[in-house]
Amino acid sequence: MDPFRPTRGGGVRAGLAPAEASLLRSLVGQVMALIAPDGPPQSQPDDLLAWDAQFTQEEQPQTPDDPVLARLLPDGYRDDPESAQEFRKYTESGLRSAKQQAAREMLDTLPETGGKIQLTHDQAHAWLKALNDVRLALGVRLGVTEEFEEQWGRLSADDPQWAAYEVYAWLGAVQESLVQALA
Amino acid sequence: MSTAPAEVDLPRSADNPVTDKPWVTIVWNDPVNLMTYVTYVFQQVFGYPKRKATRLMLDVHHKGKAVVAVGAREAMEHNVEVLHGYGLWATVQHDN
Repeated sequence: MDPFRPTRGGGVRAGLAPAEASLLRSLVGQVMALIAPDGPPQSQPDDLLAWDAQFTQEEQPQTPDDPVLARLLPDGYRDDPESAQEFRKYTESGLRSAKQQAAREMLDTLPETGGKIQLTHDQAHAWLKALNDVRLALGVRLGVTEEFEEQWGRLSADDPQWAAYEVYAWLGAVQESLVQALA
Repeated sequence: MSTAPAEVDLPRSADNPVTDKPWVTIVWNDPVNLMTYVTYVFQQVFGYPKRKATRLMLDVHHKGKAVVAVGAREAMEHNVEVLHGYGLWATVQHDN
């Protein structure tokens, strides 16, 4: 990869190998699938009673059980479940949409075969967010701590998780280069 | 690196007089977010100068959390929403 560099007008540019572009697209796609609003659309109510029941039933999203989702869509209050639930009720769907949109924008500006990438400032921000969500998801799945390097160093090269650690480290370098180019 | 408490500006509006117990936006440490990224997000979201954003980031890193904004509850909830959009681990709390 050619690291991100600032361009005139507040944007950034970089270069990605085909395998790198394909890896990023796959990871971003996985996060998109994860944060998509869950469940199929509600079926059409077939009588007034059902309509009424559906209308009055308040939707109460809960803190996700999946630790990755719980990290991507965190509680807005600590030690205050009532306020946390109220906050989630009004913000979670918007947060899911915002994350989906950032991921979509990243995919739209990431050529499938790699090569040169030119991003405006706003597009670069979409990348920042979407890349970070991928790092959060992978970081939680791997259980990384502040001692990531040591954790990685303890794995043998034939450990099934070794490749994922390598990807996680690479994503950190990509994100770091993007921040440096923007800052 | 500094372990002193970070200074925090107190953005107060007319409907949030000083006498009100303010609400705070807290950012918690996590092992994934890059230090440079967190600093950059503080600059972007709050308009803090780099030095102040860096100091707050170091507080998060070393002390496990930092108060990054103080004010009305609605404003703090908005901050948290925006910070969650950037993947930071943020919460609202009553400052008492």
